[in-house]
Amino acid sequence: MTQITLENLAHSYLPNPSKDEDWALKPMNMVWEDGGAYALLGSSGCGKSTLLNIISGLLVPSKGRILFGDSDVTALPTLERNIAQVFQFPVVYDTMSVRENLAFPLKNRGLPLDQIASRVAEVAEMIGMAEILDRRARGLTADAKQKISLGRGMVRQDVNAILFDEPLTVIDPHMKWELRTQLKDLHRRFGHTMIYVTHDQTEALTFADQVVVMYDGQVVQAGTPQALFDAPEHTFVGYFIGSPGMNLLDAKIDGDAAHVAGTHVSLAKGYGPLKGHTQIGIRPEFMRLGTGDEGLPFKVNRIEDVGHHRIVRGQVDGANINVVVPESQPLPADANRVIPDPAHIHVYTDDWRVDPARQERAA
Amino acid sequence: MDKPVNNRAWFLVMPVLALVAFSALLPLMTVVNYSLQDTFGGNQFFWAGLEWFEDVVHSDRIRAALGRQVLFSASILAIEIPLGIFIALNMPKKGVWASFCLVVMALPLLIPWNVVGTIWQVFGRVDIGLLGYTLTKLGISYNYVNDPIAAWITIIVMDVWHWTSLVALLCYAGLQSIPDAYYQAAKIDQASRWKVFRYIELPKMQGVLLIAVLLRFMDSFMIYTEPFVLTGGGPGNATTFLSIDLVKMAVGQFDLGPAAAFSLIYFLVILVISFVFYTLMTKEGEAL
Repeated sequence: MTQITLENLAHSYLPNPSKDEDWALKPMNMVWEDGGAYALLGSSGCGKSTLLNIISGLLVPSKGRILFGDSDVTALPTLERNIAQVFQFPVVYDTMSVRENLAFPLKNRGLPLDQIASRVAEVAEMIGMAEILDRRARGLTADAKQKISLGRGMVRQDVNAILFDEPLTVIDPHMKWELRTQLKDLHRRFGHTMIYVTHDQTEALTFADQVVVMYDGQVVQAGTPQALFDAPEHTFVGYFIGSPGMNLLDAKIDGDAAHVAGTHVSLAKGYGPLKGHTQIGIRPEFMRLGTGDEGLPFKVNRIEDVGHHRIVRGQVDGANINVVVPESQPLPADANRVIPDPAHIHVYTDDWRVDPARQERAA
Repeated sequence: MDKPVNNRAWFLVMPVLALVAFSALLPLMTVVNYSLQDTFGGNQFFWAGLEWFEDVVHSDRIRAALGRQVLFSASILAIEIPLGIFIALNMPKKGVWASFCLVVMALPLLIPWNVVGTIWQVFGRVDIGLLGYTLTKLGISYNYVNDPIAAWITIIVMDVWHWTSLVALLCYAGLQSIPDAYYQAAKIDQASRWKVFRYIELPKMQGVLLIAVLLRFMDSFMIYTEPFVLTGGGPGNATTFLSIDLVKMAVGQFDLGPAAAFSLIYFLVILVISFVFYTLMTKEGEAL
């Protein structure tokens, strides 16, 4: 087990990348702490799997270095990195029994037979396959096969990290929850570094201590689920985390005031002069509906009752805005305003969050 | 799901049955007819019962041909199947070279059989053939016209040259259908090259290998044209395989009765051996 460091890492699938969009991964620096449970979150094609394959050594990065602890493993093949990886679609060795499948990585490493047997029994118990250990893997259902793949990923105790590449795609929803809980449990018990790739925020937020959000080949934010929710560093994080995502409104910022569609919105902090496309972002949870003159003019389109709260969907100056109203609060029938909570308004220029404190220091 | 039962559906397969009857069943019955009777021409037939069958079964000449046939099929299967797998494993997976290899590999398959025979007949001649002449100049005694061993080697090499491509292409297709994730998972599991072959590639090739073995067995067991063109069954009877012997008997000696009995037994032998191969390999596949 070891800390994994990415140094100026970048990758392109093209032989001679020239343009910005030729890069599947844009240069990044990142440290994965030993024993951390990470979720790598992002939409399809943002470079999550590329990053994973670089860490496991299935891909050699075009630029930069990967360090395991202090040693450079950039050029080392998968074999010598001692990493476990579980793929999106089940990979089982058809002709082997479930038991042989689980024992395969251990056998290849030449472990003594009694250790293999006890380890396999343990993992089989964990994935709920102890009864069918002697069944042939061929002919099992897709989710049973995926459980075997997961089991093969977890069977080695001495791995540097376990990587999961959207491993629960083919699994039944209720089984998903169960397996995720087991993974989490496994993490607590053995403390392996785990990196879990997914495009499902619930999966990411329930599994990980640290969520790494990727967008367009770069890491836009890494932090605890709470940090991602409270202060999204990039509009994509705001949009991707939370349900519904963060509301964004074009605005002109002037000190501690924002002008949105001719209306004045006060901010909690003062901002210096800003360049580029400026927006304010407020989570639907931090807006409330109003009927007077206070707040932004709002036109309600639709109300969705999702159980413990209601989502009011509407528009402010042509932009779609969602407001979350808790079940306990009344819903004014003639609501024509939304009032954002100044403490939770963030300012973005060209999609990146502006931190007033840092702005001050820079100035 | 309930399937509707309608016996009138049989009418829909009638055209096929009629075609098969005319192309296969009726000719086969004619052979059966010949095999049970004797004739001296003039469309006069005498009942012979199982006499011809007994003759064929006890004939030393046919037994010897059968022995040669089995030896030949076994040899070419033992060479072509492993060699075909080996070539398929080493062919490039994609790119220009993959297309190039495919075309080159397919070439021998496109040459008519008697042309293949002629090519090797000329190639092996000691006076003008590139192979025969070179070997002789190198001091190696090689003459397929009068040396049975040289004749056998030439025929086997010719068949390997002609048909290994088929095995290789079938295996290649099988290999191409394996998703990358399997190889990646094997790397993660630290499997050796041999284990990748044994547990990923071989199981995935099993279906196409069965087809390859069956095709190569049936074809080689019925081989006629190439050895006929190359050696004509000689020297002596050294390369007289079953079909060459059968043609000699039927057309050369005009022994229609024994030839018909011979044909039927020949057909049954191929059928039985193919069945055995099929059963063994599907069973083996499950146990693999």
